Amino acid sequence: MTITETEEHRPAEGDAAGPTPIKITVRRSRTDVAYRRIAWTAAASTFVILVLIGVFLYIRARPAFEYMGYWGFLKTQVWNVSGVHPSFGVGSALLGTLILAMISLVVAVPVSIACALFINEYAPRKILGFFPAKGLLTSMVDLMAAIPSVIYGLWGFFVLQNSMKGLSRWLSDYFGFIPGFKVNTPVYTSSLLIAGTLVGIMIMPIITALCREVFSLTPLGEREGAVALGASRARVIRDVVFPFSKGGMIGAIMLGLGRALGEAIAVSIIISLTFGPPNHLLQPGGNSIPALIADRFGSGGKLGAAGLLAAGLVLFFITLIVNLVAANIVRRQEKKRA
Amino acid sequence: MMTTSDVTTDARKVASSSAANLGEQPITAGELNATGVCAWFSGRLVLEDVDLFMERHAVTALIGPSGCGKSTFLRILNRMHETINGAQLAGTVELNGEDIYSPNQRATWVRRHIGMVFQRPNPFPAMSIEQNVLAGLRFNRIKTSSKADLVEEALTKAGLWTEVKDRLSNMGGALSGGQQQRLCIARALAVRPSVLLMDEPCSALDPASTLRIEETIADIKEEVTVVIVTHNMQQANRVSDNCAFFLSENGKPGHIVEVGSTVKMFSAPNDPRTLDYVNGRFG
Ligand SMILES: Nc1ncnc2c1ncn2[C@@H]1O[C@H](COP(=O)(O)OP(=O)(O)OP(=O)(O)O)[C@@H](O)[C@H]1O
Ligand SMILES: [Mg+2]
Repeated sequence: MTITETEEHRPAEGDAAGPTPIKITVRRSRTDVAYRRIAWTAAASTFVILVLIGVFLYIRARPAFEYMGYWGFLKTQVWNVSGVHPSFGVGSALLGTLILAMISLVVAVPVSIACALFINEYAPRKILGFFPAKGLLTSMVDLMAAIPSVIYGLWGFFVLQNSMKGLSRWLSDYFGFIPGFKVNTPVYTSSLLIAGTLVGIMIMPIITALCREVFSLTPLGEREGAVALGASRARVIRDVVFPFSKGGMIGAIMLGLGRALGEAIAVSIIISLTFGPPNHLLQPGGNSIPALIADRFGSGGKLGAAGLLAAGLVLFFITLIVNLVAANIVRRQEKKRA
Repeated sequence: MMTTSDVTTDARKVASSSAANLGEQPITAGELNATGVCAWFSGRLVLEDVDLFMERHAVTALIGPSGCGKSTFLRILNRMHETINGAQLAGTVELNGEDIYSPNQRATWVRRHIGMVFQRPNPFPAMSIEQNVLAGLRFNRIKTSSKADLVEEALTKAGLWTEVKDRLSNMGGALSGGQQQRLCIARALAVRPSVLLMDEPCSALDPASTLRIEETIADIKEEVTVVIVTHNMQQANRVSDNCAFFLSENGKPGHIVEVGSTVKMFSAPNDPRTLDYVNGRFG
């Protein structure tokens, strides 16, 4: 093999009196160099694309920020982009997005984890003596993740909406004292709760699939160690599977959260946008950044377009922060384990 | 006897799991009696008609060439075999005269009383050394009046106390391989089992750690019956009182060729194949 590139690792200078570490030279073959370059380029390009998106959004959103001010744009809870005195901001959309994401996680996380546990730990080896339960369930979950969100939206509008009326009524009757749970007129459709639940159902397959994958990686040795001490299945899950999977589970939830934050179609099918403080979870109306963008795109002239791009930039930053936080948590978990 | 008893992993049973204070429980070694044990993996018979009596206060060594079914047999003794997909078994195993496979026996109860140490050390990496030792109590909801005493006692028996007494809160994974294995022994002893099964516990260890564990076995055999699988003939000779020689010839299922006291098995066995094996002439 031809050696074409060399690289030097120069360790820190040792103590003058003590032993000095030697200089290690890595010599690479031509194929290795080519692979390294391709890998480096690919990795760098994801970063470049990320930065370019941010820069693009910022440049095109500037007029909106200049008109409303950064803080004003974040705070303003109305969206009047035309007329003599336009005034607009993501105040209510931002809060609505966060509320929706929260509801969707509350719905999705317990079900997803339970489902992943069932597939991995409890599912019978064969159903009806023939079908391999595990494989069947796994591919069904994957299939659910592949259903387009507009289908979920339609199903949510025509099916879920009706079946959730009872729950909404019950919540407002018994928990009306909690802010946001009170209903002024007893109409329980098109609410943030329904949209959030729907988004929760949409992100369930992703979280389930990833959690299942993580659970299945639990080392057999640790599992058997617990079983041989007399641990029940529930114990093994609690004391072996969960501690091992913590980081991966957080990663899975964050990926689901990322999708929940960005969901537009399903949300805008369910709720009709309203502005102002999103303080009613159970009655019609609400707002979210993706739904706002989907709803108002192509209307409102130049300033309106800049406003939507500014809203997009806000969403971009939120998802970026969520992912950075998640990566940090996962890394810390891994370090603790090692 | 040859009927396949299809093993259900969670047969619902009522067993008298005594949640009494552990310190008050008498320490008693148990005796194990296996009769007509057969084992299958995915329908393939790998162990046929094994009878073995494992005496109280004694160390029984299982020896034989690779693949003859020693581990499989050992795992049948504490119901670990049934956790494997497609594994089946036949025959009976009795702990102090009680059938561990009887339908009203809980597998978790059996495993808590018949402990196991694996070939590769498997401490719980997310738990501290102390928590590792107490894991079995936690799993079985056993109370103890003094955790610190129990931890010290178990670690001392396993020959690890002096090395770790100042860092009990360190993670269990942060020990050397030999220390991890002794931690696993301490963990198994902390629930005061009647029997301790060891599957090649020293095969991943250096000679010093091996010696340490052999001493541990000699120390604990008065209070817990030990069954050990080993490939090391000197080790079998050193630690065991009785020996069982397993063999699986020409792809046939494994079976016991000869059982006897270790002295006899190593000096004047009845079967010429045993003599060849213990002298390292095959396998
Ligand atoms: N999980 C399994 N699935 C299928 N077959 C298995 C499994 N475990 C063991 N076997 C088979 O059962 C037979 C006995 O295996 P076992 O592990 O009991 O042998 P062993 O005597 O412990 O060997 P070694 O000394 O190498 O550990 C072998 O033929 C092996 O291939
Ligand atoms: Mg083995």
